[in-house]
Amino acid sequence: MKYGVNDLGYYGDFGGAYIPEMLYPNVEQLRQEYLKIIEDPAFKAEFDELLRDYVGRPSPLYHAKRYSEKYGANIFFKREDLNHTGSHKINNAIGQILLAQRLGKKRIIAETGAGQHGVATATVCALKGIECIVYMGEVDMKRQAPNVARMKMLGAKVIPALSGSKTLKDATNEALRDWIGNPVDTHYIIGSVVGPYPYPDMVAKFQSIISLETKKQLKEHTGNELPQYVMACVGGGSNAMGMFYHFLDDESVKLVAVEAAGKGVDSGESAATTFLGREGVLHGSRTILMQTDDGQVVEPYSISAGLDYPGIGPQHAHLFKIKRAQYVSITDDEALKAGLLCSQLEGIIPAIETSHALAYLEKMHFKKDDNVVICISGRGDKDLDTYIKYFGY
Amino acid sequence: MNRLQTLFNTKKNNLLSIYFTAGYPELDSTLKVAEALEIAGVDFIEIGFPYSDPVADGPTIQHSSERALENGMTLHLLFEQLKNLRKHVSIPILLMGYVNPIVQFGVEKFCKTAAEVGVDGIIVPDLPMYEYEAMYAKYFIDNNLSNIFLVTPQTSEERIRKIDELSNSFIYLLSSSSITGGSLNVSANIEDYYRRIKTMELNNPAIIGFGISNHQTFQKACEYAAGAIVGSAFVKFQATDNYIDNIPDFIYSIKN
Repeated sequence: MKYGVNDLGYYGDFGGAYIPEMLYPNVEQLRQEYLKIIEDPAFKAEFDELLRDYVGRPSPLYHAKRYSEKYGANIFFKREDLNHTGSHKINNAIGQILLAQRLGKKRIIAETGAGQHGVATATVCALKGIECIVYMGEVDMKRQAPNVARMKMLGAKVIPALSGSKTLKDATNEALRDWIGNPVDTHYIIGSVVGPYPYPDMVAKFQSIISLETKKQLKEHTGNELPQYVMACVGGGSNAMGMFYHFLDDESVKLVAVEAAGKGVDSGESAATTFLGREGVLHGSRTILMQTDDGQVVEPYSISAGLDYPGIGPQHAHLFKIKRAQYVSITDDEALKAGLLCSQLEGIIPAIETSHALAYLEKMHFKKDDNVVICISGRGDKDLDTYIKYFGY
Repeated sequence: MNRLQTLFNTKKNNLLSIYFTAGYPELDSTLKVAEALEIAGVDFIEIGFPYSDPVADGPTIQHSSERALENGMTLHLLFEQLKNLRKHVSIPILLMGYVNPIVQFGVEKFCKTAAEVGVDGIIVPDLPMYEYEAMYAKYFIDNNLSNIFLVTPQTSEERIRKIDELSNSFIYLLSSSSITGGSLNVSANIEDYYRRIKTMELNNPAIIGFGISNHQTFQKACEYAAGAIVGSAFVKFQATDNYIDNIPDFIYSIKN
């Protein structure tokens, strides 16, 4: 793959494995084993079976007719919101729990921001009867109380991250610290295409089912497997990478990644990483991150907890730098309005993360025959409180 | 030869190093603390520059880093404070911190500035061996700076050999796979690990760190290695009243 990872774990200038020696044996074991394991026919068979019978895949590719009419193109929704647990996060969680089992790990740790990845991880741990510990920023635990309860109901232990700003990046730090202290029996299920190599590649591969199915489904709908545009929201970037993956080498397909501008890119309260960030090292990889001149990580802001992250995955940083994908941003207000529009035009209440991608349709200039696929990464149940407060229902 | 290499050539046992975070508890105490440590009989010093996301550190050093950043510490300011370092302090000095602030400062400029103020070595816990060798080593070597690698009980013999090859002062032996501020683990497995390292007859001496907090743990570490590093215990001690005046007592209590 032209845009894939090289043998050293890099995508152009980005990637690598910037980890303390304490994590080296674990990450090295993963590096040596992950391709062997995930390409093994028995693994593939179990992964495919769980995606079909447990997650409910393939997720539909829905021709959104009222959206198509409004925006003057053929708009298709890739319905990851219909997956078990309500988002694309389950695809990766299933893949990694099967991998952890084959590595002989007895204990799972994960970080979570909005709680979607935490819930997906707690779910697959319940499915396999494996101990599950989820780190979540204390601030996020208050913002996303229902997901904390869901994780506990699924048998996971939720530990508040009390350091730093007490949000997603701090939960990630705490999970890394846990892994340092438990190097032998524990697997860390990272929820996005971030972290030291091989995580960005591994998570992208587990999420690539999204674009693999899309090609086949789009051909059934339109007679052509290639659309003109593929769009998705980006925090760390796992749904976008899954949505882009099998289109990367098809250069005619334009890729649009939508970041969270928060209250505006210049407001000081934003998570638009490619606008505000510079090259550096975050959570084990060389990437683009929001930071001060002194190299301290800046706390981002977005109304969407799932996009509230100061970096992006290294492959995204590469696609941004070489301009293979276009990175744009949408404010809180624009996203919430798009969420309402999608609810009322298509009867689908999207996650606020997803609403960012939908909102960018307003700024696109399509031709009448353009086929456009947009990833509906998650459903809005978890965000009802935010929508209700904003619109005053 | 830098001061660190000279030290290890002349003293082979019971070496004591102290870590503290620049900018904690006061913004401008860096030189005063270093001076007091030398007078108290410490063999070499690690000065930490703070980072917002110190994943290899436990609560004590996380807290000192946070406070130092709140106080306004930056790498630029630290180098400014260290401008007259060698008028006040003669023992070897290491800088310890995470890779991102170094990347932002500029790796080449960082090494050059460190050497100019009289720093002898660098410890960057999240700088991997491959990246060091491929992209960083030339700047370290050009500026006569020693890079210090960490080794844990899980590090393979092959990798330890490679680390030994790339090192030119000492190897930082972790007492266990843990973040800083834990307690020294002397289970049978760990003794095996220390013995294993000893029988490898490495070119570089080993210094044990992480979990060294008092005389008992210091002495234990010195049985297996050339010396030990005290970090979190000293940072905790810095929260007490008049800590600068009491540094000689603290060091005495570790050594005796």
